[in-house]
Amino acid sequence: MQGPDILARLQERFGAAVLATHAEHGDHTLLVGLGTLLEVLRFCRDDAALQFDMLMDLTAVDYLTYPGREDTPRFEVVYHLYSVPHNHRVRIKAGVEEDAPVVPTAVPLWPIANWLEREVWDMYGLRFAEHPDLRRLLLYEQFEGHPLRKDYPVTRRQPLIGPRN
Amino acid sequence: MTPTPETTSATPPAAPSRHVQEIFLGEGVPESGTENLVVNLGPSHPAMHGIVRIVTELDGEQVVKTDVEIGYLHRAFEKECEIGPYNAAMPYTDRLNYVSPLINNFGFCSAVEKLLGIETTERCQYIRVILSEISRMSDHLTCVGASAMELGAFTVFLYMIKAREFLWEVIESVTGARLTISHGRVGGLKADLPTDFEAQVRRAFAETRTVLEESHKLLTSNRIFVDRMQGVGILTREEAIAYAVTGPLLRASGVPFDVRRATPYWVYDRLDFEIPVGETGDNYDRYLVRMAEMEQSMRIAEQALAQLPGGPVNVDHEGRPFALPAEYVDRGKLGKTEGLLITDIRLSPNLAGQERRHHEKVNAPDKRTVLPPKETTYGSIEGLMNHFMLIMDGFGIRPPRGEVYFPVEGANGELGFYVVSDGTDRPYRVRCRPPCLPPMAALHLMLEGGMVADIVPTFGSVNMIGGELDR
Repeated sequence: MQGPDILARLQERFGAAVLATHAEHGDHTLLVGLGTLLEVLRFCRDDAALQFDMLMDLTAVDYLTYPGREDTPRFEVVYHLYSVPHNHRVRIKAGVEEDAPVVPTAVPLWPIANWLEREVWDMYGLRFAEHPDLRRLLLYEQFEGHPLRKDYPVTRRQPLIGPRN
Repeated sequence: MTPTPETTSATPPAAPSRHVQEIFLGEGVPESGTENLVVNLGPSHPAMHGIVRIVTELDGEQVVKTDVEIGYLHRAFEKECEIGPYNAAMPYTDRLNYVSPLINNFGFCSAVEKLLGIETTERCQYIRVILSEISRMSDHLTCVGASAMELGAFTVFLYMIKAREFLWEVIESVTGARLTISHGRVGGLKADLPTDFEAQVRRAFAETRTVLEESHKLLTSNRIFVDRMQGVGILTREEAIAYAVTGPLLRASGVPFDVRRATPYWVYDRLDFEIPVGETGDNYDRYLVRMAEMEQSMRIAEQALAQLPGGPVNVDHEGRPFALPAEYVDRGKLGKTEGLLITDIRLSPNLAGQERRHHEKVNAPDKRTVLPPKETTYGSIEGLMNHFMLIMDGFGIRPPRGEVYFPVEGANGELGFYVVSDGTDRPYRVRCRPPCLPPMAALHLMLEGGMVADIVPTFGSVNMIGGELDR
């Protein structure tokens, strides 16, 4: 299936729940609300014509200092999906508000989401509701803050931690 | 450990006694009354390639449960990329997969080029293909060699490192460095190929082929090796897809997915190659897939060499005198620029390949992206202004606002760069999709239920590279 057809199929299925679409540089992208995100992802995986069986990547972007995005949600979670049987790709995005940074978990859909969501929690402090094991992935427990947030200064030092016993 | 008949037939030991246990030996106490033992592998252990910790729960020799802990090599790659200009991220990408850094370089460059909407020259794309394939081979050689060594085949390790050495010599002659090469540039390359590149590659490939043949003889039907590898560390097709595992591991599980074929980039669609696949997805299949892929990489590189446009580069220049670089720069600084623009200079040996004639062959003709050749910088005011416009803070490469994802086939699978631009000279967000992370997330599936002695070969076959896993 070609990119425009994928977007058309998702738009046809979800109608007004699709907030925006674009195909910049040939990457077909769909922006949905956080409420319908899981439903959209599930449909992407299970629909016979789409069959996105691989969650290639899951990440987030902090749009705090992005010019012209003052009124939109601060964070965006970004899912890159790939379909092995159909060899096509799509990008699904959803905005996440700063004061309620909770995203539904995709672990039941793709088990790889477990680690990827842990990394997003680690780096951005976005919580994934009903995630089975939301620990930090790359950093250590005592780390203060979430370093990929735009308001985390690069030069900030972390307190030293002593040996564990 | 099978429980003895006495313990199974008898009533299980009273439960409350476990609550007063003083030494914690792990959870999941079986009926037999024995307790599981928790053993830490790593974080710092000679058999752990890089630094990673595997907390294993053992029932005798059998692995019951594993918890993989990563992040010991986290260097804030993604945060650091946001700080400097686009090309300044190049040295950081070297340090992702440090065994095949060229693929990371070119992957990042291609992502930014896609964002800018520029096309690199054909010669540049062929060179990227050749160097990427050489890097892939060096990665596979390291992985297979180290895995074999851990099973006692030390000879194979030495042979393979020898072959890698021949390949790295080629890379060194192109880039001037062995490991942290920083050879990619947005819009092109740091320098063109050296004059005797083709001969060097052919020599290195001949040596590598000999080594592969010897290694095949030593390993492929070696009883000890096969017994240790076959049927161990199995990852089924469904599990591999669910865990988004790509690269040799996915292909060993029987899925012929290769980014070079699925979404061809550079000039891969003009080159003929096969995608080796396995059947069961065990360690042995991964070994065979990697061995076959090295042969395919050589095929790709040889075809690309034959098709390489521009031909051999003749550095010598008849008829016109060379100006030495220092003298040349002095003349430019004194304002005596007459005739300088058309003069060809020979740069110092470590800048070889960056002269104008080479520059035009490997770099996109885009003044907003690529630094001008040194002749132009010192020979004309336009060139000098062009140079400064790309170097000064706040200027430089400024892609339009937007987002882009560019996947390439790294040595371990799909290496993707997701770049978000806000229109300034610094990337707003750089995300690296690490090919190592999904197999590490799925590692517990490969280890649990197996024997403790199989942890190391299985872990070796995953080919974890700490640099790209932890970023």
